[in-house]
Amino acid sequence: MSKPIEHDYIGLSEQQLPSMEKSSDKKDGLHLKDTELRLGLPGSESPEREDHDQNVLSLKSFVSGAKRGFSDALDGGGNWVFSGGSGGGTEGLFSPRRGGKNNGGKDLSGLDSGSVLKDGAAQKPSVVQEKKPQVAATSSHGNGNIAPASKALVVGWPPIRSFRKNTLAAHPPKNDDGDGNAEAKLGSGCLYVKVSMDGAPYLRKVDLKIYGSYKDLSSALEKMFSCFTIGQCGSHGVSSGDGLTESRLIDLLHGSEYVLTYEDKDGDWMLVGDVPWEMFTDSCKRLRIMKSTEAIGLAPRAMEKCKNRT
Amino acid sequence: MEPSELKRSKDSPNLDESTRRSSFPDEVLERVLSLLKSHRDRSSVSLVCKDWYNAERWSRTHVFIGNCYSVSPEIVARRFPKIRSVTLKGKPRFSDFNLVPENWGADIHAWLVVFAAKYPFLEELRLKRMAISDESLEFLAVSFPNFKALSLLSCDGFSTNGLAAIATHCKNLTELDIQENGIDDKGGSWLSCFPESFTSLEVLNFANLSSDINFDALERLVGRCKSMRVLKLNRSVSLEQLQRLLVNAPQLAELGTGSFSEELTFRQCVELESALSNCKNMHTLSGLWDAKGIYLPALYPVCTHLTFLNLSYAALRSDELAKLLAHCPRLKRLWVLDTVEDKGLEAVGMNCPLLEELRVFPADLFDEEIIHGVTEAGFVAVSFGCPRLHYVLYFCCQMTNAAVATIVQNCPDFTHFRLCIMNPGQPDHITNEPMDEAFGAVVKTCTKLQRLSVSGRLTDLTFEYIGRYAKNLETLSVAFAGSSDWGMQCVMGGCSKLRKLEIRDCPFGNAALLSGLEKYESMRSLWMSACNVTMNGCRLLAREMPRLNVEVMKEDGSDDSQADKVYVYRSIAGPRRDAPPSVLTL
Repeated sequence: MSKPIEHDYIGLSEQQLPSMEKSSDKKDGLHLKDTELRLGLPGSESPEREDHDQNVLSLKSFVSGAKRGFSDALDGGGNWVFSGGSGGGTEGLFSPRRGGKNNGGKDLSGLDSGSVLKDGAAQKPSVVQEKKPQVAATSSHGNGNIAPASKALVVGWPPIRSFRKNTLAAHPPKNDDGDGNAEAKLGSGCLYVKVSMDGAPYLRKVDLKIYGSYKDLSSALEKMFSCFTIGQCGSHGVSSGDGLTESRLIDLLHGSEYVLTYEDKDGDWMLVGDVPWEMFTDSCKRLRIMKSTEAIGLAPRAMEKCKNRT
Repeated sequence: MEPSELKRSKDSPNLDESTRRSSFPDEVLERVLSLLKSHRDRSSVSLVCKDWYNAERWSRTHVFIGNCYSVSPEIVARRFPKIRSVTLKGKPRFSDFNLVPENWGADIHAWLVVFAAKYPFLEELRLKRMAISDESLEFLAVSFPNFKALSLLSCDGFSTNGLAAIATHCKNLTELDIQENGIDDKGGSWLSCFPESFTSLEVLNFANLSSDINFDALERLVGRCKSMRVLKLNRSVSLEQLQRLLVNAPQLAELGTGSFSEELTFRQCVELESALSNCKNMHTLSGLWDAKGIYLPALYPVCTHLTFLNLSYAALRSDELAKLLAHCPRLKRLWVLDTVEDKGLEAVGMNCPLLEELRVFPADLFDEEIIHGVTEAGFVAVSFGCPRLHYVLYFCCQMTNAAVATIVQNCPDFTHFRLCIMNPGQPDHITNEPMDEAFGAVVKTCTKLQRLSVSGRLTDLTFEYIGRYAKNLETLSVAFAGSSDWGMQCVMGGCSKLRKLEIRDCPFGNAALLSGLEKYESMRSLWMSACNVTMNGCRLLAREMPRLNVEVMKEDGSDDSQADKVYVYRSIAGPRRDAPPSVLTL
């Protein structure tokens, strides 16, 4: 039996990683704007992007079946769709090379979005699907001391039902004394909150105070997390000119539809964008970019809360 | 049997082997067989002879179908004319973990249509991992006037509108059990659809719905359903509301509380405790969402009789759990989150000598910075204190071979051993060796083992052990393990009672797949994903074994020759016709 190709955490094997220099060329040549990342807000569009969201939303009806938990929220004008693509830029790309460095959630958190890692984005479509992550082979070999369990965000691992995962994520158990979530550090003039994305090997932190509006936040997040969704449609190629074809959109919808949610002071999981920006920054404790297929059962309570507040 | 034959057999008790007939008339045989509940016993009975086959099929009232595609509803209806209760399981288990494409199938509707025609007096339907739409639920609600019990676990495709249809139309409903489903929760108004005249409900479980329900409607419902014995509330029900419900339902045997965290006055605490202490029949407690330690003492009066305590949604600390368990000496089943840590598990060992089942779930999967959880120490502590332990599901961050050896020495009666070391492929954290010897110890010592889930760094040796010793093994789950085809070959060759095998991310290829050629027809199903199986291997299997359905699910953009996900199962219904385009039937 041939030795399996070593795959790193998110399923990239070394031979598949294109160099950074090429990706910007690719972007122009392949009209990747058609499939680029978005993180829009209800009723608004990200700056500098063409509006493809209408097309995406109108084809939502093709996605039949169960996972429509967010269809209402999304249909309400929201453009909460991460269309896969190379995104606007190459900042903030990270692709851990080997399992052993995956606890590098900590190591890499010091990187600001301007730095660029040598390894390019995945070409393989199923970046976060289970593509034999040979974490075992690399990370644990020869280590006497197992690094703190990097909570491997491999699809379907650890084997917990989505329902349970979502429930605990929406109401994370607070082991330290009840109040004061250590994650939202209110210092003078900065408000760092964690941002997690389903399927990403580690989290990021953003300072909400440096953004003035949802638009700014959404562009920043798009840039930060763009690499994780590129792979999911990279293999289909890009149709030139005609915009998104139906089949590719269905693939995008199937694989890479995301919703941006945040946890507020009460511990509830809310859809981003419903309340005024200032109210949002006051109450946001952490952010999570969630796959809508995972988001079943999370009823957006934004409206009720708004009513209660006003 | 003709009446004349009957007479003949009674008059001439011929004990010659070759002409022996059952000396019971049909009616008596059917009556006797109707007392048989176990579907395995019934299967055995039906194989004795033609008379017994017929008597069995006429007396069977409950049918269990472990794989909805193994048989068609028409075939079921033809064989069993008098069914009142159906249990159906659909998708492969890994669909719970998002490994199965959407729209894979397992839709209940075709079954309901046949049932409506053939079993108009159907009373119970229990579904697991099936797709069910609101239309189907409504069809169910109006087609079966005697319908009594609906249980949905890990299903999807429906919304609370479907529940409203059930509540509105099922006048004889006794059980509505909605657990952990992919339900589209559109609001809590479904609960208000039970008519005011409706009083038959005995089991109501809506714990996993998130929307607020109309509490007044619930209070009235609980008040008038005097036979209610199981009530599992959702998070929207407050402590104060819980107390009001309990006052009217002291007969409850199983309670799932709502949220357990709001501020209570001293008087409210006392009232809650008093209401709980009146529930003399209560043996199961769950819910306790967001439980705050200070309110747990209200539970103490109930704890003395508890046999099942489900704290898997309550993030308790070790000291909080310890205090609670001191009052639970009769506990047989305990589910907790790993927030209780090893110290909490020590308390389990010290306080619950009758414990038979323990499940420890991981609490926080997203926070990279906080390292919580349980280790081998907690499990060992439990094993010393709970010798009757036979079912364990344990999610931990580290484990050692020595610890597992100790554990099974203390508890040799394991029937279900599901160990999940959460970092894939992690070795023994002290010796750095693979975890082979751990699972070797399990299979050598626990001769009654029926279900095994392995994890950690494992070579083929683990599977050699399993094949050699695990002679009663029926279900095996493998992930990120093994070194070569030989591993799987050992299992296929050695585990004679194997029924379900699910494998992901292992280096098993075609040779391994085909080594089980003879075996798959005696199994319910095989799942292999992200292994080294190719399309050609699957085609060969399909060709050699026509009574198996071999289905391949392709990942987008993967190599054409690789079979990314393979699902093989026996079927007398032939290849299914409702597979979506992403699923290829070979």
